Order: sequence, then structure tokens, then C-alpha cells
Amino acid sequence: MVMRKLELPLSQTQKVRFQTAIERLQSPAEGHGTSEVDDELLATVCGVVVRVDKLVYVRTLRARYKPQVGDIVVGRVIEVAQTRWRVDLNFTQDSFINMHDDNVQKRRTSVDELNMRNIFAEDDVVCAEVGEFHKDGSLILRVRSQKHGKLDKGQLLKVDPYLVKRIKPQFHYIESLGIDLILGCNGFIWVGEHGHVRDPMTKNTRKEQSHTPLETRQTICRIGNAIQVLSNLGFTMTLEVIMETFKLSNTRNIDIHDMLGSEFHVLVTENEAERRHG
Amino acid sequence: MQRIYSQNVPPSTPSINLRRIAAAIIGKESCEVTTMEYVNPEGLRLDGRRFNEMRQIVAEVGVVSKADGSAVFEMGNTKVIAAVYGPREIQNKSHQQKNDHALVLCEYSMAHFSTGDRRRQKNDRRSTELSLVIRQTMEACILTELLPHSQIDIFLQVLQADGGTRSACINAATLALADAGIPMRDLAVSCSAGYLNSTPLLDLNYVEDSAGGADVTVGILPKLDKVTLLQMDAKLPMETFETVFALASEGCRAIAERIREVLQENTKQLEYRRAA
Repeated sequence: MVMRKLELPLSQTQKVRFQTAIERLQSPAEGHGTSEVDDELLATVCGVVVRVDKLVYVRTLRARYKPQVGDIVVGRVIEVAQTRWRVDLNFTQDSFINMHDDNVQKRRTSVDELNMRNIFAEDDVVCAEVGEFHKDGSLILRVRSQKHGKLDKGQLLKVDPYLVKRIKPQFHYIESLGIDLILGCNGFIWVGEHGHVRDPMTKNTRKEQSHTPLETRQTICRIGNAIQVLSNLGFTMTLEVIMETFKLSNTRNIDIHDMLGSEFHVLVTENEAERRHG
Repeated sequence: MQRIYSQNVPPSTPSINLRRIAAAIIGKESCEVTTMEYVNPEGLRLDGRRFNEMRQIVAEVGVVSKADGSAVFEMGNTKVIAAVYGPREIQNKSHQQKNDHALVLCEYSMAHFSTGDRRRQKNDRRSTELSLVIRQTMEACILTELLPHSQIDIFLQVLQADGGTRSACINAATLALADAGIPMRDLAVSCSAGYLNSTPLLDLNYVEDSAGGADVTVGILPKLDKVTLLQMDAKLPMETFETVFALASEGCRAIAERIREVLQENTKQLEYRRAA
């Protein structure tokens, strides 16, 4: 029962209690997605059973994003409220960016509240970090680092969150193509033209005058379609896989609009099988 | 215990008298209906099934790309599509009653083309009642306390109606909820049974349903052995009711088995593809 012999003068009831407690320690610990009914561990969600030592839990596949503090996420602004922006993250509740966040704005006056749309307007795509959970379970996002903030000149792709792994770094700069790729933990993926980090305040007051060349736009679409194909097929997204798919479409001379066709899906599947078993 | 298995039913069986079916569809007042034979002496029903056989089940998950979870569930000629959105932020705050539980909303509708004669009204009393019944059944099986401050929307549309839409909707909703990764106590499944010609019949189709006999719809949580739904629209003696109820719950178990298989197969597929 126990490794070392315990020299305890146990009474009968104590013995029974001790025994029960030890037995409980030996039984598997219930994790997420499980419940115990009549001494039987049942799954409450549809997914894959994972065992870590004594812990048994069920990992869901097609569920909504479960945030963890520190995750890098990409979201879309859905509402500009009094002092904060409401952001859609594919989470069970709404998420917010507070205006009083350090990096969004240094000065906080009532005039700034009126000009909130200059920073983020509705339907803008933003990149942020999961800050903390509010008391009611909603989420507060942080726009701390220079890497965070509004994203423009690119494409947002929504995939199932289980396809994106929580591996750092999530920001990728593909130097040869001049493309930025952000793999948000919430399954929102950003592909856009590489931009120099700018202060969120100054960025928007100045009118955008620069023009994105056609070649870059095509590259963005090509990578976007590669991600879409991988998402349709249910393959895990990593930088390597995305770039491999991108290159595959280039070497096979497949047009951007043909990438979502059946032939390319088959090609990608063959390539993935080759990669895993080759 | 009765053997229950689904089978492919041919569209027409030689024993069917077409005039009788026509009479059954037209109305109960026709004197032919009262003498109508729903189970012939060989023990076969109008569509060639035995009393304890259900119609063929076809189920598929992930049919609506924008939904969090979705499914199509077919029982013979009855076909239902379900889409689940959520858990998501509560859209209309006035709906919210309990803050620490998820809000479950359900909308049932029948496609205009789902029955022989085109349906006109959209929100009739029948739809409202069914939405409520399905909502209550699903609310009982979802672990709402794990999803505070959120709402789950279940949309159900009947694409083809041939009796047993209530059951088919619940089964479709269960599949869609499981696909959306929503925690549930158990898979809520439902099946109907009736009593005609002194025989308990499993899984009534439209002709049998409109014969005027009892129609018992049972919803259970098979693993927990609990009843979540029980509806009957006629009177039955106690002993008869018990056999009919037992038949229906046996049918539920068979459906649960099938649903479990479908979900396992789907999860396996997703996991094989994902694993890098």
C-alpha cells in the first residue's frame, strides 16, 4: 500500500478512513470533459481521451477557443463602446481592449473617447495578448508590445482553434516574400504585407499613402488559400506546413483561384502523407 | 429482449393497398380507416418493417461550415438538419434568467417543401411547442453550469417530414452539440413508438402516425438511464403503455449506439488528420 511502513496506532475507524483516502489517491483524477457516475468515469464532451499520469481528460476538437493568459490572438473589432473596444475572438464570451491600456494611448481625456475610432474602428483586425479574465468571465486583451495593434493590408483567415498549436513564436516574418504571418492561438490567422512597427496612435492619423504591389497581394492570396486548404483538410497549421503548401502550389504552377479546387486538395493530402511517412 | 435493427425499406411492398393509404391520408372519418390493416397477418407493416424494426438511420456531422457544430440526421424519409452556434456571448440580455448558467435557445422550423402539400405558415403553434420541447430536452442534458454568461443556439430544420420529426430533431441536435464540443451529461436520444392493431410499433412513419392511435415519443439519457422526454397524444391502458414505452426506449438505445459510432468515427478522422 505505502512504500515505507507507517508505524501508527490506528483505531478501526481510522484504519477504514485511511484506507479510503489512499484508495481515492490511487483512482484516476478527473480532468476537463469528464464526470464520474456510479464509480465510472464518463466523457462529457466529444473528443480525444488524454492520460497524463493519473489525470484523465478529454480534449475537444471542434470547440471554441479556450484562452490562456499570455496567448497571442488575432481578433476583429465588433463594437466601439464607451472606453473600450469589443473584440470577436471565437471565445464563448466577448473580449475587450481597454482604452486605458498603456500602449494604446498615453493621454486619456474625454476627447480621446470621442476619437476612439481613429485607433480601432469596427471591423478592424487587431492583434493582442490575452491579459486577464474579468470577474464575469469576459476577457481583457492587452495591446502592449509594438508588435500588437491594428493589422492592415492583408487577409484574415478563420480556422478551427485546435489546428493551431501554442508554439512560440507566433509572429513570423517571411523575409523573401515580405509577408507577415500571425498564427493566433484562437484560430484566426493573419497574412499581410510586412509593415514596420509604428505607434498605434500615429499610425492612423496619417493617411495611408503607400501602395501594395500586385505581386505581394498575389502572395498574400496564395498563402491565404494554402491556409484555407489545410483548414478544409484538417491539418495542423505550422509555418513549415503553410510554406510547404505555398511552395507546392508554386512549383505545380497552380493558379491562385485553382488552389481551392479538388486537385490541389488531393495534392496537399499526398504531400502531407509523404511528409509524415517519408 | 426484442431485437432491433435498422434496415433498408423498399419504397413499395406488394401487400400495400394504395387506396387504403390514400384514405388514411385524407382523414380518419373514412370508414375504411377504421378497418385499416397496419400490420398484416405475416406481421409486416405498411412499409415492410416488422413491429420492432426502425427505419434506416443515416447521420453525418459537420455539414454547415459556419456553425460551431452541425449535423444531418435521417430516419427513413424523415430528414433533419441541425446547426449549433455557441457557446457565445448573450445576444439579447433580456432573455437572460440565470447568470451562472448557459442559456439554451432552440428554433424548430419545417421547410416549406418538407411535406406533400406546401406549408405556408412559419411560426405556427406546433413549431413553437416543438421548439420548447426540444429546448427543454437539450437543456436537461447540457452541463449549462460549466458555461456561465453564454448562450447556445440550436437551429433545427425539417427537410423531409415522414413522421417522428420530434425524435429526429432531438437526435440531430445531440449530434450537433457533440460536434460543437459542448459538455453534456449524456447523449440525449429519442425515438417514438405507437400502438395500432393491438400491436406496439416502433418508429412510426407518417401514415401510421396519422392513423389516430397512440404515439409515444420517448427521450432518454441511455447511460444514466433517465427519461428526459415523454409525450403521448392518446390514451393507452397502463400495461400496454409499458410495453410501448419499453419498445421506444429500446429503440432509443439502438439510436444512441449508432450516434456514438458516428461521433467516434468523425473524431477519429479529425484526430488522424491533425496529428503531426
